[in-house]
Amino acid sequence: MLERPYVTQYLTEHFGEADYPTLEGYERFGGYGAARKALTEMSPDDVIELVKTAGLQGRGGAGFPAGMKWSFMPKEGDRPKYLVCNADESEPGSFKDRILLERGAHQMLEGILIAAWATGASATFIYIRGEYAHPADQVERAVAEAYAKKYLGKNVMGTGFAHDVIVTRGAGAYICGEETGLLESLEGKKGQPRKKPPFPAQYGAFGMPTTVNNVETFSHVPHIIEKGANWFRSFGTEKSPGTTIFGVSGHVVRPGLYELPLGTPLSEIVFEHAGGIPGGRKVKGVIPGGMSMPILPAGQLDVPMANEFLRERKTMLGTGGIMVMDETTCMVRVASVISYFFRDESCGQCTQCREGTGWINKIVDRVERGAGEEEDLEVLADVAGKMEAKTICAFADAAAWPIQGLLRHFRDDFVEHVRQRKCPFAGSFEL
Amino acid sequence: MVISEQTRSKIATAISKYPQKRGALLPAIHLVQADHGHVSNECAVELAEIFEIRPIEVMEVVTFYNMFFDSPQARHHVYVCTNLPCSLRGARSLLNQLESHLGVTAPGETPDGRIFLGHEECLGACGYAPMMRVDGQYHEDLDVEKAKRILDSLGK
Repeated sequence: MLERPYVTQYLTEHFGEADYPTLEGYERFGGYGAARKALTEMSPDDVIELVKTAGLQGRGGAGFPAGMKWSFMPKEGDRPKYLVCNADESEPGSFKDRILLERGAHQMLEGILIAAWATGASATFIYIRGEYAHPADQVERAVAEAYAKKYLGKNVMGTGFAHDVIVTRGAGAYICGEETGLLESLEGKKGQPRKKPPFPAQYGAFGMPTTVNNVETFSHVPHIIEKGANWFRSFGTEKSPGTTIFGVSGHVVRPGLYELPLGTPLSEIVFEHAGGIPGGRKVKGVIPGGMSMPILPAGQLDVPMANEFLRERKTMLGTGGIMVMDETTCMVRVASVISYFFRDESCGQCTQCREGTGWINKIVDRVERGAGEEEDLEVLADVAGKMEAKTICAFADAAAWPIQGLLRHFRDDFVEHVRQRKCPFAGSFEL
Repeated sequence: MVISEQTRSKIATAISKYPQKRGALLPAIHLVQADHGHVSNECAVELAEIFEIRPIEVMEVVTFYNMFFDSPQARHHVYVCTNLPCSLRGARSLLNQLESHLGVTAPGETPDGRIFLGHEECLGACGYAPMMRVDGQYHEDLDVEKAKRILDSLGK
């Protein structure tokens, strides 16, 4: 069952309290004090400057600085401005937003309210993946409580500021986690990503200036307002401040959620916090940040979990979804599962992605069956290379990177399949 | 008229929340599907009238999303997540054994139309694998016996 993180810091500290998901429980721990402070004592520019100084990076995968994103919203004009909370968590290996929605909906709403004040947004659309029925129920309940207490609506906390929150449930499509695919879906259409520019800050939800942030990004905001930029910077690294919630899955003794400072070494998370590999087996590889991010081999797990260090190893933090694979794992099977997913979820707009994801999946499966040729490995690398940076959104890149990572570090697994004309890893997980 | 008055009034409430009418199309399809189990051509025509769009635009949306159906469905929906974190912890073998238990090949339904068994991509339960989603509810930290008991307890 969904349990509170094994290691907690400021974001998840109170997630074990039964009443914390309710407004009364949240206020018992000082909840909505930060929003009151922002709305009554700070100008919108003060808020943006503070979040910029704190160095909060988006926690949805790309790591874009949140304060800077907010500052892109136009200040002039009478067109309504919107926020979108991206709660379409569907990156394989990621399950942190789910607990933030279920146990911390008010914390997220408070962050939304502060961001709304900072950007002058009149409404926020919270887009929650359709499969997250229970988390969506919790968020809807929290929104109703906030309206009843006048923390949302026409006159927020008696300040005259008006803000509405609308909860929209998705219907099962990974691509709707991409911010412009999400906007299309929010408008009642197929979730096919938009060409950029124009960026959402100019032309977003329903054609209006829009900022899209992830659930966790909003959830950090009240803490920054309350305790300041220096306090926030006391967690994490200089370039990547704060904590994040790492989700650890796969071959570990204690899979689950761990809220830790950015920059915590991957090896510490896997071997100390998550208890290492069961049965005394050795680790073979670890995907550090959700399935789109290239794998790291056993020898590179000393890397601190922050983008400035992960980039040097040709991978990224992504959503912090850590997938651990032990020595029995066949990396061609891993490639098969990954490439099937991207083939299945490609929205089909761009040729490179629609065709490329299918080709990769077919070739990988042929190699796994023992019917592959040595030159198939060259074709794989070639197709993956030709999918990068050529499409409307980053989905094609996200489909290519993990395959490139597997070929970079585990080419021998592929070569052995071709040479032996069968899968040489009889003890690997079943396909 | 296939869409009930009650559902029409819920759709009207949803429409009032969005800056443009069409924003409420996904919520409306969720409502219609909750009543009818799927979105029939008749439902699509009526939704198109409500939203002032063409029926094909409704069906384009219905067929784009995995959780919407354009044909009648089994009475219970069982999806085993087979993405990487779940596969690493035995999801494929769980799915295979549930196939034998029900006598179906996934994706497929039992001859009496009681259960549809399929696989699904990541459902955000990676730390509690393997898992399955049954009629919208998550069941996590499964083993084969536990999963079989859940299936056996489903109504006719």
